[in-house]
Amino acid sequence: MLLVSQLINGLQLGSIYALVALGYTMVYGIIKLLNFAHGDIIMVGGYIALFSLTAGHFHPAVAALLTVGGCTLLAVILEKLTYAPLRFAPRLSLLITAIGISILLQNVAQFFFGAAPRSLPYRELFPVGSVTIGEFSIAYTSLVTIILSVVSMVALTILVQRTKLGKAMRAVSEDTEAAQLMGVNVNNVITFTFAVGAALAGIGALLYGARFPLVTPTIGAMLGLKAFIAAVLGGIGSIPGAMVGGYAVGLLEVLTVFAGLSRWTDGLVFLVLIIVLLVRPTGLMGRKFMEKV
Amino acid sequence: MNEFKISMPARYIINSILLAAFIVAGLLITQSGLLGRAQNANIISVGIFIILAVSLNLPTGYLGQLPLGHAGFMAIGAYAGAIFWRADLLPQNASIVAGLLVAGLAAAFVGVLIGIPALRLKGDYLAIITLGFGEIIRVIINNFDSITGGARGLHGIPRYSSFVIVYLCVIICCVAIHMLMKSRHGRAILSIRENEIAAESCGINTTYYKVMAFAFSAFFAGVAGALFAGNIGILVPGEFDFMTSINILMIVVLGGMGSMAGAVFAASILTSLPLFMVALNEYRMIIYALMLIIVMLFKPSGLLGTYDFSLSRLLEKLIRRLAGKKGGADNA
Repeated sequence: MLLVSQLINGLQLGSIYALVALGYTMVYGIIKLLNFAHGDIIMVGGYIALFSLTAGHFHPAVAALLTVGGCTLLAVILEKLTYAPLRFAPRLSLLITAIGISILLQNVAQFFFGAAPRSLPYRELFPVGSVTIGEFSIAYTSLVTIILSVVSMVALTILVQRTKLGKAMRAVSEDTEAAQLMGVNVNNVITFTFAVGAALAGIGALLYGARFPLVTPTIGAMLGLKAFIAAVLGGIGSIPGAMVGGYAVGLLEVLTVFAGLSRWTDGLVFLVLIIVLLVRPTGLMGRKFMEKV
Repeated sequence: MNEFKISMPARYIINSILLAAFIVAGLLITQSGLLGRAQNANIISVGIFIILAVSLNLPTGYLGQLPLGHAGFMAIGAYAGAIFWRADLLPQNASIVAGLLVAGLAAAFVGVLIGIPALRLKGDYLAIITLGFGEIIRVIINNFDSITGGARGLHGIPRYSSFVIVYLCVIICCVAIHMLMKSRHGRAILSIRENEIAAESCGINTTYYKVMAFAFSAFFAGVAGALFAGNIGILVPGEFDFMTSINILMIVVLGGMGSMAGAVFAASILTSLPLFMVALNEYRMIIYALMLIIVMLFKPSGLLGTYDFSLSRLLEKLIRRLAGKKGGADNA
């Protein structure tokens, strides 16, 4: 009984990780950048949700839209200002820039909002209560999280596989130069990819807020790291991989806590990641690539 | 024709004299009471960060990989050294040296242990896996309360990190890495950075050299960790998180990856900054982050690039210029 509710718990957490992991995976797929700042965009999303509910007194739906929109806008601005000029720079410079942005966002947030946690009135965003099926009950927040993340992933898969823009995205990730020769506007496609990833992160911020309703300048760091592990575990660059990785990390975390090993959770997650990387160096569902000389 | 060169023995003598003078001058200044407590403490932490940056520069700048778990090695050294010192097995001076060695060797051992599997991966994946190992080390330290004190911390570590000890370690670290890089092995390491496949096809055992660079780097990170423990006297696992690794990486990147002078320079500046801008302390991390981004945007190779300072080269240049002027006067 308890195990079933823990499993649902794990699925809820895993859905959030999967959503955030999608952002990592898409950006990596297209410009081979490990976007360290992705987690911190979620943190900014958390603050937008917080202030639009508490200070702005907006309708919850408006607050949710503002959060998703704000995250998207921030990612597009950051991409245009910092990643776009480095398009032809060594990848290490790009990675270090991303780390720099991550530190910058955390510290700017800390400067303006302080390090103390602020509680997010998530009950305004999500219905309170639970559904009872037979003997066990599922909280609405868990249900909404799982359903919303599945819907987002299906929408994303349709976007990537069925639309013209998705085709352009796949083309750029396959071979940037060839895509450019075929008339794909590479810069716009890359910006669009960042925007989609950040929009998913915005949804992730709302769902994460429903589960852990405390916003601090560093919530993005650990969430980002876990989602990032999920992306790598599943095979970075692969969309189904990010989902599988997200659920795997979420379930693993909840189950280690359930087994009474809560102090080892973070270590175990990393250990699983390392073992997977050593056995399958490109992750569970990652593509193998040959190196040409 | 008038290429003036200082002979190698003369170079060694000049450099040794200058280093000795530096230690004596530093000792006199720190003992004289001219500087306040805060400044003295800062000088010690500058030294520790120089060792950390120079040792991280080996796998990052020279080998061309991006390990993100340097704080993990530092943590192992710090705890190994601190536990050894606390046990108080030997007379003080012997204990200091032995403790530093124990710290370095423990970190190097773990470096090899981690390096062998991790270095099979490249680029981003190597970064991730070292990040993972760094975090695991921290979780392990956090959970073995009986030995490490866990989250409450390890207290009562003897304060052995005096100016002379720290800066002798700085000098040994810089000289050892410099000599490694000027040797056959150093050129092998550089060749892996330039083109791993080409290096391998020239018969260089890339795995061996990668693990070697990794172990060297871990050794000195461990020594720095022990000095860190001996400087503050208390260790908590939280000190050695991912952000610490990033801070050290930041020093290396700003100074210029592959430049020892750059690492020393950047470590001195970045570690001393808080002292000079107390008023700006709130903005400190914001300024760091902006600096990092701006340097990457406008000078991706870091402030000094791969340039390395050489005193003998400077002297040779000076003497050549003086001689050149004389020659010019003769012609006229």
